[in-house]
Amino acid sequence: MTDIFLNEKFIGTAEHPKDFVKQFRAERRRGALPLELNFTYDEEMDEILLDSTRGRARRPLIVLEGGKSKLTEKHIEDLKNGEIKWEKLVKEGIIEYIDAAEEENCYIAINDEDVTKEHTHQEIGAIVILGLLTSLTPYANYGPGSKLIKESKMQKQALGLYATNFLLRMNTDVNILHYPQIPITKSFMHDVISFDKHPAGQNIVIAVMSYEGYNMEDAIILNKASVDRGLARSSYFKPFTTEELRYQGGLVDEISIPDKEVKGYKSEKDYRLLEEDGIVYTGAKVKEEDVLIGKISPPRFLGEFEEFSIAANIKRESSVSLNHGENGIVDMTLLTENEEGNRLVQIRLRNQRIPEIGDKFASRHLQKGIVSFLAPVEDIPFSVSGITPDIIFSPHGIPSRMSISHLIEIIAGKVGALSGEYIDGTTFDALPEKDLRKMLKKLGFRENGTEMFYNGITGQEFKAKIYSGNMYYLKLKHMVANKLHARATGKIQLLTRQPIEGRSQGGGLRVGEMEKDCFVAHGASLLLKERFDSDRTTVFICEECGMLAIYDNFKNREYCPKCGSSVKISSVEMSYAFKLLIDELKALCIYPRLLLGRKY
Amino acid sequence: MTTLPEHLQKELEEHFKKFKPNEKQKQEITKRIETLYEDAKIAPGEAIGIITAESFGEPSTQMTISSFHFAGVAEMNVTVGLVRLIEVFDARKKPSTPQMKLPLKAKYSKTSEMVKEVSMKIKETKLGDITEEISINVAKGSIEIILDKKKMRDTDIKLSHILTRLKESFKTLTLKELKDSISLKGKDEIKLSELYKLKEKAKTIHIAGLKGITQVLPIKDDDGYVIHTAGSNIEDALAMEEVDKSKITSNDVFEIAKVLGIEAARKAIINESLKVIKDQGLDIDIRHIIFLADVMTRGGVIKGVTRTGITGEKESVLARASFETPMKHIINATLIGERDDLNSVVENVIINQPVPLGTGLPGLVMKSNKK
Repeated sequence: MTDIFLNEKFIGTAEHPKDFVKQFRAERRRGALPLELNFTYDEEMDEILLDSTRGRARRPLIVLEGGKSKLTEKHIEDLKNGEIKWEKLVKEGIIEYIDAAEEENCYIAINDEDVTKEHTHQEIGAIVILGLLTSLTPYANYGPGSKLIKESKMQKQALGLYATNFLLRMNTDVNILHYPQIPITKSFMHDVISFDKHPAGQNIVIAVMSYEGYNMEDAIILNKASVDRGLARSSYFKPFTTEELRYQGGLVDEISIPDKEVKGYKSEKDYRLLEEDGIVYTGAKVKEEDVLIGKISPPRFLGEFEEFSIAANIKRESSVSLNHGENGIVDMTLLTENEEGNRLVQIRLRNQRIPEIGDKFASRHLQKGIVSFLAPVEDIPFSVSGITPDIIFSPHGIPSRMSISHLIEIIAGKVGALSGEYIDGTTFDALPEKDLRKMLKKLGFRENGTEMFYNGITGQEFKAKIYSGNMYYLKLKHMVANKLHARATGKIQLLTRQPIEGRSQGGGLRVGEMEKDCFVAHGASLLLKERFDSDRTTVFICEECGMLAIYDNFKNREYCPKCGSSVKISSVEMSYAFKLLIDELKALCIYPRLLLGRKY
Repeated sequence: MTTLPEHLQKELEEHFKKFKPNEKQKQEITKRIETLYEDAKIAPGEAIGIITAESFGEPSTQMTISSFHFAGVAEMNVTVGLVRLIEVFDARKKPSTPQMKLPLKAKYSKTSEMVKEVSMKIKETKLGDITEEISINVAKGSIEIILDKKKMRDTDIKLSHILTRLKESFKTLTLKELKDSISLKGKDEIKLSELYKLKEKAKTIHIAGLKGITQVLPIKDDDGYVIHTAGSNIEDALAMEEVDKSKITSNDVFEIAKVLGIEAARKAIINESLKVIKDQGLDIDIRHIIFLADVMTRGGVIKGVTRTGITGEKESVLARASFETPMKHIINATLIGERDDLNSVVENVIINQPVPLGTGLPGLVMKSNKK
């Protein structure tokens, strides 16, 4: 006897579990049972599980009966003509929704030619073995599967139109591509997810060739003329927020132009863009250090100094201003209230991003690269018909990575651009490469996708035929403008006196363990010392006890707190980190003596 | 008078004999070679330690874990790649896959049957391998061993040999030969739990072959048959008549040090690391490997590049503390009042002084003209 459970509740037993499940499935297909109900016979546990709960992942499959698909050509024809609807197929038991548990009882064929009598279901298409993002790559069956996963991670970084109401939103780190396009080489999934409503890339003309060595190591060369005409231009939005906080004692922040009395007043120039309400006007061109929202806060430690000084009562300046290296145009200001009822001011900064050297681009086939050169259009190679590529891509990126799909998309894009049609590049079900070549030949081009090109600089004809075509390229969100960083001197950490970390705070660039090894291996000993001089200090050491001595600035003499001032005290240069180590050892009751020797 | 080392001088003499240059040419050749030799010497203050370390470090980041297997080809599972390299440099006591290569003397490898025979002699046979069953007879309080006749014939082991081995191993028990089994019984009654332990011990009794050799694989190469083994036992392999003693190799560095001495172990470290590097298609200069092997074996025993090995023997407290287990080193240094002379790289980086290498090494001595 096999136990039967409905939504994990025991409801009865069955004598012949297999027949039971089979019979009930037939009933469901007939329409006598709800379509949401799934049956599973778990042979190992010997129990039948009926499930109709919500929240299960279910997927549609074509029902097979006796090795024959219930979905006929006529059905497909009718579907195309709109005579029948998907729901009808589901109701008639031609298409069935199966959940994860019932799938265990199914034997699913992927392609038509795989179907045998034992199969119970068939996939709607082979593409369903891929996920949402991986199925966006056209001709993915022509490339390594492992690349597909990495590649889909990159598509998420592509700039596009993340939301159509982006002008009204205040999101952080937003990039909008200026002229996003629908890919010429589409996948079935592009239609499913309405990719045409939020495209993330542009169709460009690509030539696979080298160019003066500028595109070695995956670098790509952009056509300056294409960039000037708006190729891959994007806007970067960054919000700034502040609120009028309430403090103890009924004190409130005040958003206004601070007057000169305020503690921490910057300079008149920094406040010049503020309007009367203390908020910058929309459309203002702001540069680094400029104040966006003027704000005054009450004194930090209220009451503490009140009786002693008048100065303590002075209000603090707490304006929102741009960091070092930032600039842009004020795009929108927003005045509202937050959950606590405090006045909230938000400002959105806009920044136009024209492609420049160091920006990251990628095709949909893990062929990512950095712009290394914006070549003037007159120097760029041109084809017989006068076409100049937008991007020059290095052929060395192909053999070791085996991304043949990249090459096929070039032909597919070329055919699409020439014939004015979208090309279906759905993985496993795409327009075959053979057909693409035939079409290309018909359109008057060489069927292998190559063309004769002329050197843009000398005008000479290239001996080799250049493989070129159209392709969908993505601008990735990693742009140099957000990453470029250098510093000479700047902020240091309080504890170690070493430079602080991070670009946003103007931190230093670390010479790490391995970089140190590099200096040592070159024998550049003194250069290494200089590089580590950032936390250099001079300390006084008592030669008697080997501990740190004290320098008295008023009396201009040094003395040892333990041995007095009659001992010999010398000044020694060391890193502050080491001084800190000595202090910490002392805190552990360890006595670290410094024994001084003669240097010369 | 030449500054060349002895072996170069000898080599030069040989070439002179071969090509017979005249006296003037001889002088010129010697002079030029001397210059080349002097140029090839490492300059004082060159950071050979770090260069060696980085020469291993950088390529080892490129090592791949994947190894290829071929269907139908007799292969043995061997640790390779970075894992093996770490094993060698850390001086692990036992390699994860010990291996030997035993070339056979031509005399004993005329036919494949002969080779098979030798292979069987090398492979370790335990009692458990040639018995059908070892069981406890609860009623009699004895252990009964039923032998597998076929396997005995295959491995060429006589019953008498098994009996003597059993007698040697179980001196307190009495042996009784039955029709097709052997019975082991104590003089007094043995507890059941004891009996069970004895039964388990009986299974692992060494009957024949070399101890520790779990697998043998004879492979024919250009110079005759070589038996590859899983498991290493150099000492017993050396005692075998059939094996060409001068060509035995093993990947167990510690065993080599024990049996053949530290110089052989040094060579073994070089060979083992070279094998890994070549396998991965990388190229590290042999001198780096030699240098590392020298450092690892210079004390007469093998020391790994670990906190218990050569790194832990650094003179400077700060250098040791900055590697691993800093608290341990600082506490110990405090207890015995250790002194750090700041003679090496790491400690000078810590206190921000020029490291005594390269341009930081020489000091300038000047005679002041007092007047």
